[in-house]
Amino acid sequence: MSTRQTIEAAANSMPASAPGLRTKLRANGVNMTFNRDGKSMSVLENIDLEVGDGEFVCLLGPSGCGKSTLLSTIAGFLAPTSGEVSIDGEAVRGPDPRRIFVFQERGVFPWLTVEGNIGFGLGKLTRSERAQRIEHYIKMVGLEGFEKSYPHELSGGMKQRVEVARALAVNPDVLFLDEPFGALDSITRMIMRGELLRIWEAERKTILFVTHDIDEAVQLADRVVVMSARPGRIQQIVPIDIAHPRDISSPHYLELRDGILNQIGLAHGI
Amino acid sequence: MQERPKPLKISVRLRPVIFILLLLGLWQVAVILHPHQLLPGPWKTAHGIADLVRHGLLVKYVVASLFRVTWGFFLAVVIAIPLGLAIGWYRRAEMAFNPILQVLRPISPLAWIPIAILWFGVGDLAAVFLIFVGCFLPLLLTVINAVQGVPAVYINAGRNFGLGPVALMRRVLYPAIVPRLMTGLRITLGVAWLVVVAAEMIAVNSGLGFLIVDARNAGNRYDLVLAGMVLIGVVGLLLDNGVRSLEKAKALRWSYSEEH
Repeated sequence: MSTRQTIEAAANSMPASAPGLRTKLRANGVNMTFNRDGKSMSVLENIDLEVGDGEFVCLLGPSGCGKSTLLSTIAGFLAPTSGEVSIDGEAVRGPDPRRIFVFQERGVFPWLTVEGNIGFGLGKLTRSERAQRIEHYIKMVGLEGFEKSYPHELSGGMKQRVEVARALAVNPDVLFLDEPFGALDSITRMIMRGELLRIWEAERKTILFVTHDIDEAVQLADRVVVMSARPGRIQQIVPIDIAHPRDISSPHYLELRDGILNQIGLAHGI
Repeated sequence: MQERPKPLKISVRLRPVIFILLLLGLWQVAVILHPHQLLPGPWKTAHGIADLVRHGLLVKYVVASLFRVTWGFFLAVVIAIPLGLAIGWYRRAEMAFNPILQVLRPISPLAWIPIAILWFGVGDLAAVFLIFVGCFLPLLLTVINAVQGVPAVYINAGRNFGLGPVALMRRVLYPAIVPRLMTGLRITLGVAWLVVVAAEMIAVNSGLGFLIVDARNAGNRYDLVLAGMVLIGVVGLLLDNGVRSLEKAKALRWSYSEEH
Protein backbone atom coordinates (compact mmCIF):
# COMPACT_ATOMS: atom_id res chain seq x y z
CA MET A 1 0.00 0.00 0.00
CA SER A 2 2.77 2.44 0.88
CA THR A 3 4.25 2.60 -2.62
CA ARG A 4 0.77 3.13 -3.91
CA GLN A 5 0.41 6.20 -1.73
CA THR A 6 3.68 7.88 -2.52
CA ILE A 7 2.36 9.47 -5.62
CA GLU A 8 3.67 12.88 -6.25
CA ALA A 9 1.70 15.54 -8.01
CA ALA A 10 4.11 15.18 -10.91
CA ALA A 11 2.23 12.07 -11.93
CA ASN A 12 -0.54 14.35 -13.07
CA SER A 13 1.43 15.22 -16.13
CA MET A 14 1.94 12.90 -19.11
CA PRO A 15 3.07 10.23 -19.75
CA ALA A 16 0.35 8.31 -18.02
CA SER A 17 2.42 5.73 -16.28
CA ALA A 18 1.68 3.55 -13.31
CA PRO A 19 3.71 4.57 -10.28
CA GLY A 20 6.00 2.09 -8.63
CA LEU A 21 4.40 -1.01 -10.06
CA ARG A 22 5.33 -3.42 -12.84
CA THR A 23 3.46 -2.31 -15.97
CA LYS A 24 0.63 -4.72 -16.67
CA LEU A 25 -1.15 -3.04 -19.49
CA ARG A 26 -0.22 -0.35 -21.96
CA ALA A 27 -2.19 1.58 -24.55
CA ASN A 28 0.11 3.24 -27.02
CA GLY A 29 -1.19 5.99 -29.31
CA VAL A 30 -4.62 4.38 -29.64
CA ASN A 31 -6.94 6.05 -32.14
CA MET A 32 -10.39 4.86 -33.01
CA THR A 33 -12.49 6.13 -35.89
CA PHE A 34 -15.99 4.87 -36.63
CA ASN A 35 -17.66 5.23 -39.98
CA ARG A 36 -21.31 6.05 -39.74
CA ASP A 37 -23.44 6.92 -42.79
CA GLY A 38 -20.33 7.65 -44.80
CA LYS A 39 -19.07 10.13 -42.23
CA SER A 40 -16.03 9.22 -40.24
CA MET A 41 -16.08 10.11 -36.58
CA SER A 42 -13.10 10.14 -34.29
CA VAL A 43 -14.06 8.43 -31.03
CA LEU A 44 -10.68 8.04 -29.38
CA GLU A 45 -7.72 10.26 -30.05
CA ASN A 46 -4.16 9.42 -29.19
CA ILE A 47 -4.73 7.52 -25.97
CA ASP A 48 -1.59 6.71 -23.99
CA LEU A 49 -2.12 4.86 -20.75
CA GLU A 50 -0.18 2.52 -18.52
CA VAL A 51 -1.74 0.48 -15.77
CA GLY A 52 0.36 -1.22 -13.13
CA ASP A 53 0.02 -4.81 -11.94
CA GLY A 54 -2.68 -4.98 -9.28
CA GLU A 55 -3.69 -1.38 -9.77
CA PHE A 56 -7.29 -0.16 -9.65
CA VAL A 57 -7.86 2.47 -12.36
CA CYS A 58 -11.12 4.25 -13.12
CA LEU A 59 -11.91 5.71 -16.53
CA LEU A 60 -14.16 8.68 -15.85
CA GLY A 61 -16.01 10.81 -18.32
CA PRO A 62 -19.42 11.96 -19.54
CA SER A 63 -21.57 9.58 -21.57
CA GLY A 64 -20.41 9.29 -25.13
CA CYS A 65 -16.82 10.25 -24.36
CA GLY A 66 -15.51 6.94 -25.65
CA LYS A 67 -14.55 5.43 -22.31
CA SER A 68 -16.50 2.21 -22.98
CA THR A 69 -14.99 2.05 -26.47
CA LEU A 70 -11.55 2.40 -24.92
CA LEU A 71 -12.33 -0.42 -22.48
CA SER A 72 -13.63 -2.69 -25.27
CA THR A 73 -10.51 -1.95 -27.27
CA ILE A 74 -8.18 -2.77 -24.40
CA ALA A 75 -10.18 -5.96 -23.78
CA GLY A 76 -9.71 -6.97 -27.42
CA PHE A 77 -13.35 -6.83 -28.57
CA LEU A 78 -12.53 -3.94 -30.90
CA ALA A 79 -9.37 -3.36 -32.88
CA PRO A 80 -8.00 0.20 -32.75
CA THR A 81 -7.83 2.14 -36.02
CA SER A 82 -4.22 2.85 -35.16
CA GLY A 83 -1.98 2.37 -32.17
CA GLU A 84 -1.57 -0.71 -30.04
CA VAL A 85 -2.67 -2.23 -26.78
CA SER A 86 -0.35 -4.65 -25.05
CA ILE A 87 -0.74 -6.65 -21.89
CA ASP A 88 2.33 -8.17 -20.23
CA GLY A 89 4.28 -6.92 -23.23
CA GLU A 90 2.14 -8.99 -25.60
CA ALA A 91 -0.04 -7.26 -28.20
CA VAL A 92 -3.77 -7.76 -27.64
CA ARG A 93 -5.38 -9.49 -30.63
CA GLY A 94 -8.73 -10.49 -29.16
CA PRO A 95 -10.51 -11.33 -25.95
CA ASP A 96 -8.75 -13.75 -23.66
CA PRO A 97 -9.84 -15.72 -20.58
CA ARG A 98 -6.91 -14.23 -18.65
CA ARG A 99 -8.74 -10.91 -18.68
CA ILE A 100 -12.47 -10.93 -18.17
CA PHE A 101 -14.91 -8.23 -19.10
CA VAL A 102 -17.81 -7.67 -16.72
CA PHE A 103 -20.79 -6.16 -18.48
CA GLN A 104 -23.62 -4.63 -16.50
CA GLU A 105 -25.62 -7.53 -15.13
CA ARG A 106 -26.92 -8.04 -18.68
CA GLY A 107 -24.01 -10.38 -19.33
CA VAL A 108 -25.28 -13.18 -17.08
CA PHE A 109 -26.58 -16.09 -19.18
CA PRO A 110 -30.31 -16.35 -18.44
CA TRP A 111 -30.46 -20.03 -19.44
CA LEU A 112 -27.98 -21.13 -16.79
CA THR A 113 -28.39 -21.29 -13.03
CA VAL A 114 -26.13 -19.30 -10.70
CA GLU A 115 -23.88 -22.37 -10.48
CA GLY A 116 -23.91 -22.87 -14.23
CA ASN A 117 -22.99 -19.24 -14.83
CA ILE A 118 -20.13 -19.19 -12.36
CA GLY A 119 -18.80 -22.49 -13.71
CA PHE A 120 -19.12 -21.38 -17.34
CA GLY A 121 -15.41 -20.75 -17.90
CA LEU A 122 -14.24 -23.78 -15.91
CA GLY A 123 -14.63 -26.46 -18.60
CA LYS A 124 -11.03 -27.60 -18.25
CA LEU A 125 -11.18 -28.47 -14.55
CA THR A 126 -12.22 -31.83 -13.14
CA ARG A 127 -15.70 -32.10 -11.75
CA SER A 128 -14.65 -31.81 -8.11
CA GLU A 129 -12.25 -28.91 -8.69
CA ARG A 130 -14.99 -27.17 -10.56
CA ALA A 131 -17.53 -27.68 -7.78
CA GLN A 132 -15.00 -26.42 -5.25
CA ARG A 133 -14.21 -23.31 -7.26
CA ILE A 134 -17.91 -22.55 -7.74
CA GLU A 135 -18.59 -22.97 -4.04
CA HIS A 136 -15.69 -20.69 -3.11
CA TYR A 137 -16.88 -17.84 -5.31
CA ILE A 138 -20.54 -18.25 -4.43
CA LYS A 139 -19.46 -17.75 -0.84
CA MET A 140 -17.22 -14.81 -1.73
CA VAL A 141 -20.05 -12.88 -3.36
CA GLY A 142 -22.59 -13.97 -0.72
CA LEU A 143 -24.96 -16.01 -2.86
CA GLU A 144 -25.16 -19.13 -0.71
CA GLY A 145 -28.56 -20.73 -1.08
CA PHE A 146 -29.07 -19.43 -4.60
CA GLU A 147 -26.89 -22.02 -6.39
CA LYS A 148 -29.82 -23.48 -8.32
CA SER A 149 -31.63 -20.20 -9.01
CA TYR A 150 -32.00 -18.79 -12.48
CA PRO A 151 -31.05 -15.15 -13.10
CA HIS A 152 -34.67 -14.07 -13.60
CA GLU A 153 -35.29 -15.12 -10.01
CA LEU A 154 -32.56 -12.77 -8.72
CA SER A 155 -32.41 -9.03 -8.09
CA GLY A 156 -30.18 -6.74 -10.15
CA GLY A 157 -27.51 -6.62 -7.46
CA MET A 158 -27.47 -10.42 -7.17
CA LYS A 159 -27.11 -10.82 -10.93
CA GLN A 160 -24.19 -8.40 -10.82
CA ARG A 161 -22.56 -10.55 -8.13
CA VAL A 162 -23.04 -13.61 -10.30
CA GLU A 163 -21.24 -11.92 -13.13
CA VAL A 164 -18.37 -10.79 -10.94
CA ALA A 165 -18.09 -14.31 -9.49
CA ARG A 166 -18.14 -15.82 -12.99
CA ALA A 167 -15.28 -13.51 -13.94
CA LEU A 168 -13.22 -14.22 -10.81
CA ALA A 169 -13.75 -17.99 -11.03
CA VAL A 170 -11.44 -18.32 -14.04
CA ASN A 171 -8.75 -16.54 -12.04
CA PRO A 172 -7.98 -13.76 -14.53
CA ASP A 173 -5.13 -11.26 -14.03
CA VAL A 174 -7.23 -8.35 -15.23
CA LEU A 175 -10.87 -7.38 -14.75
CA PHE A 176 -12.59 -4.90 -17.04
CA LEU A 177 -15.75 -3.44 -15.55
CA ASP A 178 -18.02 -1.31 -17.74
CA GLU A 179 -20.28 0.76 -15.49
CA PRO A 180 -21.01 -2.43 -13.61
CA PHE A 181 -23.20 -0.82 -10.96
CA GLY A 182 -24.95 1.68 -13.22
CA ALA A 183 -28.28 -0.11 -13.21
CA LEU A 184 -28.42 -0.66 -9.44
CA ASP A 185 -30.19 1.46 -6.87
CA SER A 186 -27.93 3.78 -4.87
CA ILE A 187 -27.87 1.70 -1.69
CA THR A 188 -27.03 -1.54 -3.50
CA ARG A 189 -24.44 0.40 -5.47
CA MET A 190 -22.68 1.50 -2.28
CA ILE A 191 -22.68 -2.05 -0.95
CA MET A 192 -21.33 -3.43 -4.22
CA ARG A 193 -18.48 -0.90 -4.22
CA GLY A 194 -17.48 -2.11 -0.78
CA GLU A 195 -17.68 -5.73 -1.92
CA LEU A 196 -15.59 -5.04 -4.99
CA LEU A 197 -12.88 -3.37 -2.88
CA ARG A 198 -12.92 -6.28 -0.45
CA ILE A 199 -12.50 -8.76 -3.32
CA TRP A 200 -9.81 -6.63 -4.93
CA GLU A 201 -7.82 -6.45 -1.69
CA ALA A 202 -8.13 -10.24 -1.32
CA GLU A 203 -7.22 -11.15 -4.91
CA ARG A 204 -5.17 -8.20 -6.16
CA LYS A 205 -6.39 -8.26 -9.72
CA THR A 206 -5.60 -5.40 -12.03
CA ILE A 207 -8.90 -3.57 -12.44
CA LEU A 208 -9.98 -1.14 -15.13
CA PHE A 209 -13.31 0.35 -14.20
CA VAL A 210 -15.44 2.61 -16.41
CA THR A 211 -17.83 5.03 -14.74
CA HIS A 212 -19.46 8.40 -15.23
CA ASP A 213 -19.88 8.84 -11.48
CA ILE A 214 -17.17 11.05 -9.96
CA ASP A 215 -17.80 9.86 -6.42
CA GLU A 216 -17.60 6.25 -7.50
CA ALA A 217 -14.26 6.88 -9.18
CA VAL A 218 -12.77 8.73 -6.21
CA GLN A 219 -14.03 6.13 -3.75
CA LEU A 220 -12.59 3.17 -5.63
CA ALA A 221 -9.56 4.00 -7.71
CA ASP A 222 -5.84 4.29 -7.16
CA ARG A 223 -5.86 6.63 -10.12
CA VAL A 224 -8.72 8.31 -11.95
CA VAL A 225 -8.31 8.82 -15.68
CA VAL A 226 -10.45 11.82 -16.61
CA MET A 227 -11.57 11.77 -20.24
CA SER A 228 -12.95 14.58 -22.36
CA ALA A 229 -15.73 14.06 -24.88
CA ARG A 230 -15.64 13.94 -28.67
CA PRO A 231 -13.12 12.93 -29.58
CA GLY A 232 -12.24 11.02 -26.41
CA ARG A 233 -8.91 12.14 -25.05
CA ILE A 234 -7.24 11.70 -21.71
CA GLN A 235 -7.61 15.07 -20.05
CA GLN A 236 -5.87 14.38 -16.79
CA ILE A 237 -4.87 11.51 -14.53
CA VAL A 238 -5.56 12.06 -10.85
CA PRO A 239 -3.91 9.80 -8.25
CA ILE A 240 -6.14 9.19 -5.25
CA ASP A 241 -3.67 8.88 -2.40
CA ILE A 242 -6.08 7.92 0.36
CA ALA A 243 -5.88 4.53 2.04
CA HIS A 244 -8.92 2.24 2.08
CA PRO A 245 -11.40 2.34 3.74
CA ARG A 246 -11.78 5.92 2.59
CA ASP A 247 -13.45 8.56 4.67
CA ILE A 248 -15.69 10.17 2.10
CA SER A 249 -16.18 13.33 4.13
CA SER A 250 -12.48 13.96 4.82
CA PRO A 251 -11.10 17.26 3.48
CA HIS A 252 -8.61 15.51 1.21
CA TYR A 253 -11.32 13.34 -0.37
CA LEU A 254 -13.45 16.41 -1.04
CA GLU A 255 -10.46 18.27 -2.40
CA LEU A 256 -9.68 15.52 -4.91
CA ARG A 257 -13.33 15.23 -5.90
CA ASP A 258 -13.72 18.97 -6.38
CA GLY A 259 -10.50 19.03 -8.35
CA ILE A 260 -11.97 16.51 -10.78
CA LEU A 261 -15.26 18.41 -10.90
CA ASN A 262 -13.36 21.53 -11.89
CA GLN A 263 -11.37 19.57 -14.40
CA ILE A 264 -14.57 18.44 -16.09
CA GLY A 265 -15.77 22.01 -16.04
CA LEU A 266 -18.47 21.70 -13.45
CA ALA A 267 -18.31 24.19 -10.63
CA HIS A 268 -19.37 22.52 -7.40
CA GLY A 269 -22.59 23.71 -5.86
CA ILE A 270 -25.22 23.19 -8.50
CA MET B 1 -41.55 -12.93 -10.21
CA GLN B 2 -45.06 -13.33 -11.50
CA GLU B 3 -48.24 -14.22 -9.74
CA ARG B 4 -49.47 -17.72 -10.19
CA PRO B 5 -52.69 -17.69 -12.24
CA LYS B 6 -55.65 -18.80 -10.20
CA PRO B 7 -57.25 -22.09 -11.26
CA LEU B 8 -60.30 -21.34 -13.38
CA LYS B 9 -63.72 -21.96 -11.94
CA ILE B 10 -65.45 -25.08 -13.18
CA SER B 11 -68.24 -23.09 -14.80
CA VAL B 12 -65.63 -21.17 -16.83
CA ARG B 13 -63.86 -24.36 -17.85
CA LEU B 14 -67.13 -25.88 -18.99
CA ARG B 15 -67.97 -22.98 -21.28
CA PRO B 16 -66.12 -24.26 -24.37
CA VAL B 17 -67.55 -27.74 -23.87
CA ILE B 18 -71.06 -26.34 -23.67
CA PHE B 19 -70.44 -24.28 -26.80
CA ILE B 20 -69.23 -27.33 -28.74
CA LEU B 21 -72.27 -29.35 -27.62
CA LEU B 22 -74.49 -26.49 -28.76
CA LEU B 23 -72.88 -26.47 -32.21
CA LEU B 24 -73.20 -30.24 -32.48
CA GLY B 25 -76.87 -29.92 -31.56
CA LEU B 26 -77.42 -27.27 -34.25
CA TRP B 27 -75.62 -29.46 -36.77
CA GLN B 28 -77.83 -32.44 -35.87
CA VAL B 29 -80.99 -30.34 -36.14
CA ALA B 30 -79.89 -28.97 -39.53
CA VAL B 31 -79.28 -32.49 -40.83
CA ILE B 32 -82.71 -33.65 -39.62
CA LEU B 33 -84.39 -30.69 -41.34
CA HIS B 34 -82.66 -31.49 -44.66
CA PRO B 35 -82.72 -35.29 -44.90
CA HIS B 36 -81.66 -35.43 -48.56
CA GLN B 37 -78.23 -33.86 -48.07
CA LEU B 38 -75.22 -36.17 -48.43
CA LEU B 39 -73.50 -34.50 -45.46
CA PRO B 40 -74.04 -36.68 -42.37
CA GLY B 41 -74.76 -35.35 -38.90
CA PRO B 42 -72.61 -35.66 -35.80
CA TRP B 43 -74.29 -38.88 -34.82
CA LYS B 44 -73.41 -40.62 -38.09
CA THR B 45 -69.91 -39.17 -37.90
CA ALA B 46 -69.47 -40.75 -34.49
CA HIS B 47 -70.66 -43.99 -36.03
CA GLY B 48 -68.04 -43.55 -38.73
CA ILE B 49 -65.31 -43.23 -36.10
CA ALA B 50 -66.67 -46.34 -34.36
CA ASP B 51 -66.56 -48.13 -37.72
CA LEU B 52 -62.90 -47.23 -38.12
CA VAL B 53 -62.13 -48.50 -34.64
CA ARG B 54 -63.94 -51.79 -35.38
CA HIS B 55 -61.90 -52.41 -38.50
CA GLY B 56 -58.66 -51.49 -36.73
CA LEU B 57 -58.17 -48.62 -39.16
CA LEU B 58 -58.26 -45.74 -36.69
CA VAL B 59 -55.05 -46.64 -34.91
CA LYS B 60 -53.44 -47.81 -38.14
CA TYR B 61 -54.12 -44.57 -40.02
CA VAL B 62 -53.27 -42.24 -37.14
CA VAL B 63 -50.01 -44.10 -36.59
CA ALA B 64 -49.22 -44.01 -40.32
CA SER B 65 -49.72 -40.24 -40.45
CA LEU B 66 -47.78 -39.63 -37.24
CA PHE B 67 -44.95 -41.83 -38.49
CA ARG B 68 -44.50 -39.67 -41.61
CA VAL B 69 -44.79 -36.41 -39.68
CA THR B 70 -42.27 -37.59 -37.10
CA TRP B 71 -39.65 -38.48 -39.70
CA GLY B 72 -40.13 -35.45 -41.90
CA PHE B 73 -40.17 -33.11 -38.93
CA PHE B 74 -37.25 -34.82 -37.21
CA LEU B 75 -35.05 -34.63 -40.30
CA ALA B 76 -35.92 -30.98 -40.80
CA VAL B 77 -35.09 -30.14 -37.16
CA VAL B 78 -31.81 -32.07 -37.15
CA ILE B 79 -30.57 -30.39 -40.32
CA ALA B 80 -32.09 -26.93 -39.95
CA ILE B 81 -30.80 -26.13 -36.44
CA PRO B 82 -27.05 -26.64 -36.98
CA LEU B 83 -27.23 -25.19 -40.50
CA GLY B 84 -29.21 -22.20 -39.28
CA LEU B 85 -26.73 -21.61 -36.44
CA ALA B 86 -23.84 -21.64 -38.89
CA ILE B 87 -25.54 -19.45 -41.50
CA GLY B 88 -26.75 -17.02 -38.87
CA TRP B 89 -23.30 -16.79 -37.32
CA TYR B 90 -21.30 -16.25 -40.47
CA ARG B 91 -22.57 -13.05 -42.05
CA ARG B 92 -21.13 -13.92 -45.42
CA ALA B 93 -22.93 -17.25 -45.47
CA GLU B 94 -26.14 -15.46 -44.67
CA MET B 95 -25.60 -13.05 -47.54
CA ALA B 96 -24.92 -15.97 -49.90
CA PHE B 97 -27.91 -18.08 -48.83
CA ASN B 98 -30.51 -15.42 -48.28
CA PRO B 99 -31.66 -14.82 -51.90
CA ILE B 100 -32.22 -18.50 -52.62
CA LEU B 101 -34.06 -18.97 -49.33
CA GLN B 102 -36.33 -16.04 -50.13
CA VAL B 103 -37.16 -17.54 -53.54
CA LEU B 104 -37.87 -21.01 -52.16
CA ARG B 105 -39.90 -19.78 -49.23
CA PRO B 106 -43.14 -18.77 -51.00
CA ILE B 107 -43.35 -22.12 -52.86
CA SER B 108 -46.03 -24.21 -51.16
CA PRO B 109 -44.75 -27.61 -50.06
CA LEU B 110 -47.64 -29.06 -52.09
CA ALA B 111 -46.05 -27.76 -55.28
CA TRP B 112 -43.31 -30.30 -54.61
CA ILE B 113 -45.74 -33.26 -54.84
CA PRO B 114 -44.95 -34.17 -58.47
CA ILE B 115 -41.22 -33.99 -57.78
CA ALA B 116 -41.60 -36.01 -54.60
CA ILE B 117 -43.38 -38.77 -56.53
CA LEU B 118 -40.86 -38.55 -59.36
CA TRP B 119 -37.95 -39.03 -56.97
CA PHE B 120 -39.39 -41.34 -54.37
CA GLY B 121 -42.40 -43.02 -56.05
CA VAL B 122 -45.72 -43.47 -54.33
CA GLY B 123 -44.97 -44.31 -50.72
CA ASP B 124 -43.82 -43.17 -47.32
CA LEU B 125 -40.61 -41.59 -48.56
CA ALA B 126 -42.44 -39.17 -50.83
CA ALA B 127 -44.69 -38.07 -47.94
CA VAL B 128 -41.74 -37.74 -45.57
CA PHE B 129 -39.91 -35.66 -48.17
CA LEU B 130 -42.88 -33.31 -48.55
CA ILE B 131 -43.13 -32.80 -44.81
CA PHE B 132 -39.40 -32.19 -44.66
CA VAL B 133 -39.70 -29.56 -47.39
CA GLY B 134 -42.60 -27.93 -45.57
CA CYS B 135 -40.75 -27.76 -42.24
CA PHE B 136 -37.16 -27.20 -43.23
CA LEU B 137 -37.29 -23.69 -44.68
CA PRO B 138 -39.44 -22.04 -41.99
CA LEU B 139 -37.28 -23.64 -39.30
CA LEU B 140 -34.05 -22.61 -40.98
CA LEU B 141 -35.24 -19.02 -41.31
CA THR B 142 -36.40 -18.99 -37.69
CA VAL B 143 -32.98 -20.16 -36.51
CA ILE B 144 -31.07 -17.70 -38.73
CA ASN B 145 -33.17 -14.77 -37.54
CA ALA B 146 -32.95 -15.88 -33.93
CA VAL B 147 -29.15 -16.15 -34.08
CA GLN B 148 -28.92 -12.65 -35.50
CA GLY B 149 -31.09 -11.43 -32.65
CA VAL B 150 -28.86 -12.87 -29.91
CA PRO B 151 -27.59 -9.90 -27.83
CA ALA B 152 -23.94 -9.15 -28.55
CA VAL B 153 -23.21 -9.17 -24.84
CA TYR B 154 -23.73 -12.98 -24.63
CA ILE B 155 -21.53 -13.57 -27.66
CA ASN B 156 -18.80 -11.31 -26.26
CA ALA B 157 -18.99 -13.02 -22.89
CA GLY B 158 -18.68 -16.43 -24.59
CA ARG B 159 -15.69 -15.29 -26.63
CA ASN B 160 -14.12 -13.77 -23.53
CA PHE B 161 -14.14 -17.17 -21.85
CA GLY B 162 -12.18 -18.55 -24.78
CA LEU B 163 -14.91 -20.32 -26.79
CA GLY B 164 -14.18 -21.09 -30.44
CA PRO B 165 -16.94 -20.97 -33.08
CA VAL B 166 -18.27 -24.49 -32.47
CA ALA B 167 -18.29 -24.18 -28.68
CA LEU B 168 -19.85 -20.76 -29.02
CA MET B 169 -22.70 -22.18 -31.10
CA ARG B 170 -23.28 -25.06 -28.73
CA ARG B 171 -22.93 -23.21 -25.42
CA VAL B 172 -24.15 -19.69 -26.21
CA LEU B 173 -25.99 -19.29 -29.51
CA TYR B 174 -28.06 -22.45 -29.26
CA PRO B 175 -29.31 -21.93 -25.69
CA ALA B 176 -29.89 -18.25 -26.41
CA ILE B 177 -32.26 -19.02 -29.28
CA VAL B 178 -34.16 -21.87 -27.62
CA PRO B 179 -37.18 -19.74 -26.65
CA ARG B 180 -37.66 -18.50 -30.20
CA LEU B 181 -36.86 -21.93 -31.52
CA MET B 182 -39.65 -23.44 -29.43
CA THR B 183 -42.16 -21.08 -31.02
CA GLY B 184 -40.77 -21.97 -34.44
CA LEU B 185 -41.02 -25.69 -33.70
CA ARG B 186 -44.63 -25.35 -32.66
CA ILE B 187 -45.63 -23.47 -35.80
CA THR B 188 -43.65 -25.86 -37.98
CA LEU B 189 -45.18 -28.95 -36.45
CA GLY B 190 -48.57 -27.47 -37.31
CA VAL B 191 -47.39 -27.04 -40.90
CA ALA B 192 -46.17 -30.64 -40.95
CA TRP B 193 -49.58 -31.84 -39.87
CA LEU B 194 -51.24 -29.79 -42.63
CA VAL B 195 -48.85 -31.13 -45.24
CA VAL B 196 -49.16 -34.79 -44.28
CA VAL B 197 -52.89 -34.82 -44.99
CA ALA B 198 -52.37 -33.33 -48.45
CA ALA B 199 -49.45 -35.65 -49.18
CA GLU B 200 -51.45 -38.70 -48.18
CA MET B 201 -54.28 -37.76 -50.51
CA ILE B 202 -51.94 -38.23 -53.45
CA ALA B 203 -48.75 -40.03 -52.62
CA VAL B 204 -49.66 -42.99 -50.38
CA ASN B 205 -52.30 -45.59 -49.54
CA SER B 206 -52.76 -45.12 -45.82
CA GLY B 207 -53.11 -42.39 -43.24
CA LEU B 208 -55.80 -39.88 -42.41
CA GLY B 209 -55.46 -37.95 -45.68
CA PHE B 210 -55.82 -41.17 -47.65
CA LEU B 211 -58.87 -42.08 -45.53
CA ILE B 212 -60.66 -38.92 -46.58
CA VAL B 213 -60.02 -39.31 -50.31
CA ASP B 214 -60.63 -43.04 -50.24
CA ALA B 215 -63.93 -42.70 -48.35
CA ARG B 216 -65.23 -40.31 -50.98
CA ASN B 217 -63.98 -42.30 -53.97
CA ALA B 218 -65.16 -45.66 -52.65
CA GLY B 219 -68.87 -44.97 -52.36
CA ASN B 220 -69.32 -41.46 -51.03
CA ARG B 221 -68.85 -42.43 -47.37
CA TYR B 222 -69.09 -38.88 -46.11
CA ASP B 223 -69.42 -40.12 -42.55
CA LEU B 224 -65.85 -41.41 -42.88
CA VAL B 225 -64.70 -38.17 -44.52
CA LEU B 226 -65.96 -36.22 -41.53
CA ALA B 227 -64.56 -38.83 -39.13
CA GLY B 228 -61.16 -38.30 -40.76
CA MET B 229 -61.46 -34.53 -40.43
CA VAL B 230 -62.38 -34.77 -36.76
CA LEU B 231 -59.41 -37.06 -36.08
CA ILE B 232 -57.03 -34.70 -37.90
CA GLY B 233 -58.25 -31.84 -35.73
CA VAL B 234 -57.94 -33.78 -32.49
CA VAL B 235 -54.48 -35.19 -33.20
CA GLY B 236 -53.26 -31.75 -34.34
CA LEU B 237 -54.48 -30.25 -31.08
CA LEU B 238 -52.71 -32.94 -29.05
CA LEU B 239 -49.45 -32.35 -30.94
CA ASP B 240 -49.64 -28.64 -30.27
CA ASN B 241 -50.31 -29.23 -26.59
CA GLY B 242 -47.32 -31.56 -26.46
CA VAL B 243 -44.93 -28.88 -27.73
CA ARG B 244 -46.53 -26.26 -25.51
CA SER B 245 -45.85 -28.36 -22.43
CA LEU B 246 -42.17 -28.51 -23.48
CA GLU B 247 -42.12 -24.72 -23.45
CA LYS B 248 -43.01 -24.74 -19.81
CA ALA B 249 -39.96 -26.77 -18.76
CA LYS B 250 -38.06 -25.04 -15.99
CA ALA B 251 -34.86 -24.56 -17.95
CA LEU B 252 -36.81 -22.63 -20.60
CA ARG B 253 -38.88 -20.54 -18.30
CA TRP B 254 -36.43 -17.62 -18.24
CA SER B 255 -37.59 -16.21 -21.53
CA TYR B 256 -41.22 -16.24 -20.57
CA SER B 257 -40.76 -14.05 -17.56
CA GLU B 258 -39.63 -10.49 -17.87
CA GLU B 259 -36.17 -10.43 -19.41
CA HIS B 260 -33.92 -8.86 -16.79
